Parts: sequence; structure tokens; C-alpha cells
Amino acid sequence: MSKAVGLEKAKVVIREDECKGCNLCIEACPEDVLFEQKYLNRMGYHPAGYVGEGCSGCGYCFYQCPEPGAITVYKKGYVGEEVA
Amino acid sequence: MAEKVLTKAASFYDVYERKSGAQDVTHYCPGCGHGVLHKLIAEAIDDFGIRDQTIFISPVGCSVFAYYYFRVGNIQVAHGRAPAVATGIKRTHPESIVISYQGDGDLAAIGGNNILQAANRGEKITVFFINNAIYGMTGGQMAPTTLIGQRTTTTPRGRTAANEGFPLKMCELISTLESPIYVERVALTDPKNTSKVRRAVRKALRNQIENKGFSFVEVLSACPSGWKMTSVQAKQWMVDNLLPQFPLGVFKDVSKELEPSERSKVVFSTENMNELLNIPSEENIRTDVPKPLTKFQNPRIILAGFGGQGILMLGLGLAQAGMQAGYHVSWIPSYGPEMRGGTANCHVILSEERIGSPTVSKPTVLVAMNLPSLEKFESQVEPGGLIIYDSSLINQSPKRKDVKVLGIPATEMADNLGNTRIANMIVLGAYIAITGIMPKDVVVDALPIFIKHKKLIPLNVQAIEKGMAFVDKNNGHA
Amino acid sequence: MAKQLIKGNEAIVKGAILAGCRFYFGYPITPASEIAEAAAYYMPLVGGTFLQGESEVASIQMLYGAASGGVRCMTASSSPGISLKQEGISYSAGSELPLVLIDIMRGGPGLGNIAPEQGDYNQMVKGGGHGNYKLIVLAPNCAQEMCDLTMLAFELADKYRNPAVILADGFIGQMMEPVEFPAPVTELPEKPWAIHADKNDETRLICSIELEPEVLEAHNRHLQEKYAEAEKNEVRFEEYRIDGADFVLVGYGVVSRVLQTTVDLLRDQGHRVGLLRPITLWPFPGKRIVELSDSVDSFMVVELSNGQMVDDVRLAVNGKKPVHFYNRMGGMVPSPEEIADQAVKFLED
Ligand SMILES: Cc1ncc(C[n+]2csc(CCOP(=O)(O)OP(=O)(O)O)c2C)c(N)n1
Ligand code: SF4
Repeated sequence: MSKAVGLEKAKVVIREDECKGCNLCIEACPEDVLFEQKYLNRMGYHPAGYVGEGCSGCGYCFYQCPEPGAITVYKKGYVGEEVA
Repeated sequence: MAEKVLTKAASFYDVYERKSGAQDVTHYCPGCGHGVLHKLIAEAIDDFGIRDQTIFISPVGCSVFAYYYFRVGNIQVAHGRAPAVATGIKRTHPESIVISYQGDGDLAAIGGNNILQAANRGEKITVFFINNAIYGMTGGQMAPTTLIGQRTTTTPRGRTAANEGFPLKMCELISTLESPIYVERVALTDPKNTSKVRRAVRKALRNQIENKGFSFVEVLSACPSGWKMTSVQAKQWMVDNLLPQFPLGVFKDVSKELEPSERSKVVFSTENMNELLNIPSEENIRTDVPKPLTKFQNPRIILAGFGGQGILMLGLGLAQAGMQAGYHVSWIPSYGPEMRGGTANCHVILSEERIGSPTVSKPTVLVAMNLPSLEKFESQVEPGGLIIYDSSLINQSPKRKDVKVLGIPATEMADNLGNTRIANMIVLGAYIAITGIMPKDVVVDALPIFIKHKKLIPLNVQAIEKGMAFVDKNNGHA
Repeated sequence: MAKQLIKGNEAIVKGAILAGCRFYFGYPITPASEIAEAAAYYMPLVGGTFLQGESEVASIQMLYGAASGGVRCMTASSSPGISLKQEGISYSAGSELPLVLIDIMRGGPGLGNIAPEQGDYNQMVKGGGHGNYKLIVLAPNCAQEMCDLTMLAFELADKYRNPAVILADGFIGQMMEPVEFPAPVTELPEKPWAIHADKNDETRLICSIELEPEVLEAHNRHLQEKYAEAEKNEVRFEEYRIDGADFVLVGYGVVSRVLQTTVDLLRDQGHRVGLLRPITLWPFPGKRIVELSDSVDSFMVVELSNGQMVDDVRLAVNGKKPVHFYNRMGGMVPSPEEIADQAVKFLED
């Protein structure tokens, strides 16, 4: 584990290449910090994006997203490597 | 949700190598519920540490390719048959965790009986049932769970009760059965309901880990493509239309009342095979039995009478003793058109050569225990053959002059021995005495094999002796 | 020597258990029910499982699951039930699953009757299910072979990773004859492809689906190669008084027993007649028939069907010599005399 210190803030990371643009994460996010990108990804979808702050780490988006690897949510205090 | 990071479960392959095209994304449509349920299952497999034991059954439907994703043992099966296949693998590997994953067409239509029966047997498996009220894979046809009024490609004007009947409610059906231990309907709608799905998935798997029984989780799930909506509209449509028709909740749960137990492996053993299979292991074929006179060699015998006279048993006794005397033998009960009208007959062959046709068309020996049998078979006997008939029941003697005939009042003699049913053994005694085909001791040795009630053996021996004595007195050795 | 006088149907179950089979899934039907009943009695005694499935459709799929798990497993049925099993048979062949199927044929079509017929030759030998597959089909003609060929069926099924079939008739099933049972098989073959509920499983998959045409074609080629191998190695047949014969009777199962007696009758009348009895219906002893068609004058095929195996004989003879056909159907079994009379007519033609 490279990082010994825990994350100070929760965050969400979206792998744009794996996003199919269904928007369910955006709908589910209680903090309203996800949005639809203007551009298309390699599959021709508008991927979801994270505004960069405000994620509470609730994981709602993760559990609405049908793609196994498209969304990773790090909660506050996470210690360890970034997996995504 | 105690983990500090939510990400792709280790129970998914890193790269979906079995899939063609992009190998980092699933084949599912945007917004499809299958993917979410896959994630919840994979996460539970991770958390319970059961990846090595899990066997995932992929059905026919959009989840036909679930095996692309789950890093476990995978079996892909025919449409609707997942519960039967699950039964087969779980019975052979009770230590495994078997997941049967099915859509509504698969589970409730073509496989309707298979799921009911597996549930009723209480197979110790976990069933995840994706109910999206439509056939996704084949392009949006009606499912058994399609709502009244819902348009699909095969209900273009909407489903009607008059034509297609009402939506099938599987949780309601399955929860009426005694065996299932846990039946719940959940829905992949908002985060709150989704967390209930997560709990249900885990409970259903835990039940199997603890070896408790059959668990069934119905998951209402969006099919935006089949419903022809956006993913977001589809979620709302579920809330507005599916939930009222398919009420959520636990329909049955007795899992708490059951004690966890070990999931033990089947052990393969070949010990005591002969004893367990009732196969004789001791030498039982004699090689010292003298041959009978030529005319009585290789007999082809028809034994006939009415049911209850022990005709089949008599034939069996002859065949068993004949075998032990070292002959090739065959015994066949009358079969097909012959087997009507309360008569019983069988064909027995004893031969020094390998036996060809096991049915006897031209008998060399006829044993007739009633008049219809004598009338029916008398003409078929080969010239020079032998007819033995029960003269206490048949009051006319055979007309044939070119055969040897023995009338023996077997039934009367049996009555005198105190058991009418022993007439067959009297005839057996007479037959071996006339022909010399085998000595008495071979028959006596064979008795315990075909006589179930050991108490009756002395009586049978007596009957055989009476039959033999009758021949000696009345007929002489031929 | 220790022999047991036993029904063919029961000899199958004992043979199966001696071969290491511990799992039976089936649905009752006359005249195969004794197999289920014997399995229900013996399987639990030897630490195995007997399960009466809800249908033949389900039972064969239970076998699909069990065979995926690498165990020796079996089912038994009769003609109408075999029709229902065709789905699972095709899937099992596609997924290369070794399993053993017993078909005690009865009269058809439809519900027909329970008397012996041989009308399932086509659906077993030619493939009653969809796709390019073959089943290994063995045709016993006595109780001893009901045991021995069942044991062989398990060997061949494993050797070729393919379903193997015992194709018999009600006669051979119901008849009692002496059987000398061999010692049990104690070492079962390793199956590194099977799903064992252990960590190797994550690389393993049992399936018959393949979307890419090139890949599915390659899979089919692989199957065909396997079948060619079986055709090379596994043909079995038996001959009776064939030396110097110029008229050859061909029949399998109970018919071959009747034909043995027919040959004796005809030889006694001075006719030079012999018998060829296929033991493997697939792979079919076509090569032997090709050889014979050089030396004999004609053939006579006898079947309890409308003429199904006769097609394979005709294919092998390829027009070189006449192939006569005599049959009974509906459960009628011809007597040796009846066949001999018919043969004499053909001989005199
Ligand atoms: C015997 C058979 N009949 C029909 C089909 C065609 N078929 C494939 S998937 C399917 C329906 C699947 O629907 P469902 O089970 O609801 O799953 P979904 O695709 O909606 O996830 C059908 C009819 C088939 N593969 N096999
Ligand atoms: S058709 Fe429906 S069920 Fe199938 S993948 Fe698409 S959304 Fe999912």
C-alpha cells in the first residue's frame, strides 16, 4: 500500500470508457455532483462526469450503475492504493 | 456497506476474455438491471469468501453470457432448465454454492415446472429471478409477467387477460410450497430499494452457505430497450406500473428456525460392492451334472396357467436351477399381445449351447396348468416332445399321440400338503424326474434364491419330492 | 464361477454401479421402469443418489449438471421419454458431457404401446436433436451384455467426452438370464475440465453456445474429429456362422437372437446363411459390410421397425448386392421360422 494516510474527502472516479451513459448515477446522486459530459466516449455514449468535489461517499451511484467497473467510490478515510 | 471503497468486485474477471468486442464492459444495454444484480452478487461472493465454491448457472436470455463475467465455476444451460441443472450439480457437489440465475421467460414460462419442482424438492440452491416483464434477448416479446395492457412485440395491442391470461406471480406461487425456506420480492428502483436487493442477495446466499435450503429472490428490474424508454424513464415506469402489480416484501422466511449445518462432499466408495448389490460371490455353477437322454436335451419350455398358480415362479425355479446345473438358460414372461385375459405364461430354455431366440415358438415341453393353456399350446409342441398337465384341473387328456404325456393331479396333491400354491413345485419335481435334466439337490440348492419366504423352503422340498415320487410310481423314468 | 439369474434391466443398474456410476436421474416409463426402481433401491446403498425428476426434459438436464460436475451419471427411459430428452441430448453433445442414457424401446409412434420395437434407431443413431452431433450407441442382446455394455458405455462416454447410449428393447430388458458380474471399477478417470467446486473452476466453463461462426465451426470440426476417432476405434460387431455364407442376415438386439436360431434352421435346410450383428450401431460396422458385399450374394436385414438400420446397410453395400428387408412393428416379434420362410423366398427369387 503506497499511501499510508487516509483520504480526507470522499470521492468518485468514473471510467469514462466503461460508461454507457444511462444517467442512473446522475439521477441517484443526492449531492447532485454528477453530470453528463458533452462529448461522446469510444462507445458513442455521453459518459457521466464528477464535478470534482462534494461527493459524500454514499455509494448510491455505484449501486445504481449496471457496469461492474465504471464507477469507484472512495469513502472518507480510505487507506490504500487507488484501485481505479 | 462498511467498506471504504466501492469498486469492481474481485469475483468478476478483470478482463472478460470470453467476450468478443470490448472486454472491459458487459454486453448489457445501458440502464439494464442485470448488471446491477450481477454487481450485488459478485460483491456478496467476495464478502463471503465463497468464490472457490461457487457454481454459477447462466440461463438463456440476456444473462446467457453471465459466464463472461463471474470468476467462478460456470455452466451455461438450456432455456428454462437452470433449476434442473442446478439440481444435478448440487446433488453431486453438495459442498458447492450453486446460483441459478434466470429471467422471467426462462423461469416462469418455458422452465415453469422446473423451478416449481426444484423449489418443492427444497434443493439447497439460491435462485435469482430477474423479472423485467418482457423477453429482452429476443427483442421485446411478451413474458409471463408482462402486465395487462403492456405492449410488446407479440402483444402489439397490449396484453389482455382474455387472450394471454394474467401476469404470473412467482413469489406468491413458490411461497405456497412447504420446502422453500426464503422467498422475497425486491426491486432495483431507487437506492433504498436497491439496498434491500443487496440484503436479499446476501441472505439468500448465506442460507446456502449454512446449508439450510432453497432460497428464491425475485428482482424487479428495468429493461429500457425492451420497454423502449430511457433508463431514467424505465425506473419511473417500474415504480408506477410494476410495483403495484408485483408487491415487494418477504413472502416466506423460515431460515432463522433452521440450524446451520456442514456442506459435506459426496464420498466415492467401492467397498462391499457385491454384498450391497446382492451379487453372488461364491461359486454356484455345477460342472458335474450328468446329461439327460437325448430327447430331453436342450428343452424349450412353455409354462402356462392362470395367474396365481405360480407359473412365473415355476419357470424361474427351472431357470435358476438350470443355471446352477451348468446350462445356458433364459426366462421370459409372456409379453405383448399374449399377456391378456388373466392367463400367465412364460418361456424357459435350458441349453448346452448359447441360446438364440429366447421366445419359444415350437416348444419341446409344455407345462399346462389349466384347460385354456392346454388348448392353446398343445398343437405347437414338437413331435416327440413332452406335455405335463395338471389332471386335477384339466379333465380331458391331450389329443396328441406323437408326444409323451404326463397328467399329474398337482393341485390335489398340493392341497394334501396343505397349500394349493405349492402345485407348481410338484410339477417341477415331476419334470426333473421324467427328464433327468438335473438332480434334485441342484433344485434344492436353488430354492433359497427364488423363494422369498425362507419358512416355506421345507414345504417346497417336500412338494418337489412328491412330484418326483409320483413319476417314479406312475410313469417310470422315461 | 458365480452367476446371477437376473433381468436385463436390473443388470444395467448393477453394471452402472460397478462402473462407478453413483447418480441416477430419471422419470418412470414402461418398459424401462425397473431400471429406475433398481436404481432407487441400490444407489442409496452405495452412497449414491437416485432422483425421480419431474420429466424426462428435467432428468436429462439434471444429468447435464451432474456430468458437468465430473461424476459418472445415468438416466433411462423409453421411446416417448427419449423424444423429450432430445433437447438435453443435443446440449450435452454440444457441451461434450459424458453421460449414459438407456433407451428400452417400445412401440410407436406417439404413445404406441409398451411392446418391443426398434423404432428409435433413427432418433438415437442419426440424432433426434438439433445440430451436428453423434451419440455412441451400443445394442446389447442379452442380460450379460446389458451389464457389460453399460460399463463400456461409461468408459466410452468418458473417453470421448460424449453421451453414450444403450439401445435395447423391452425383450432384452424383461428377460432373465445368467450374468457374471465383473469386479467394480475403483479408479475413475480424472476430468480436468469438470466443475468441481474448487479454485480451478474459475477458468472452467461448460457451455454449448458460441456466437462467433468461425469459432462454432471450429468447435464442430473438433467434434467431427472426435467422432472420426471413435469410428476408427470403437466399431464392434459379432458374426455367427458367417464363414462360407452367401446370404447374410443382419439384425441387432433381440432380433439378432432370433436370427441366430434362424441361421441354424436355414443351415439345417442346406442354405449357406450367416449372421452379422452390429453391437455398436454408431459407429456402425459399415466397413465389415463393405467387405462382405464382395463375397456374399445378398443381405437380409430384419428389424422391429419400418426400416431404419437397413438404410445404413444399404449405404455400405452401395448397390453392389441386393439388400432385402423384413420387418415387424407394433410389438410383434417374428419367430425364427417366420424369418426363415421369408429368407427362403428371397433366396429363391
Ligand atoms: C428452446 C428455446 N426456445 C426459445 C429460445 C429463444 N429465446 C432466447 S432468450 C428468450 C427469452 C428470454 O427472456 P427472459 O427469460 O425474460 O430473459 P431476458 O432476456 O429478459 O433477460 C427466448 C424465447 C431459445 N433460446 N430456446
Ligand atoms: S434487452 Fe433489456 S434485459 Fe436485455 S440487456 Fe438490454 S436492457 Fe437488459
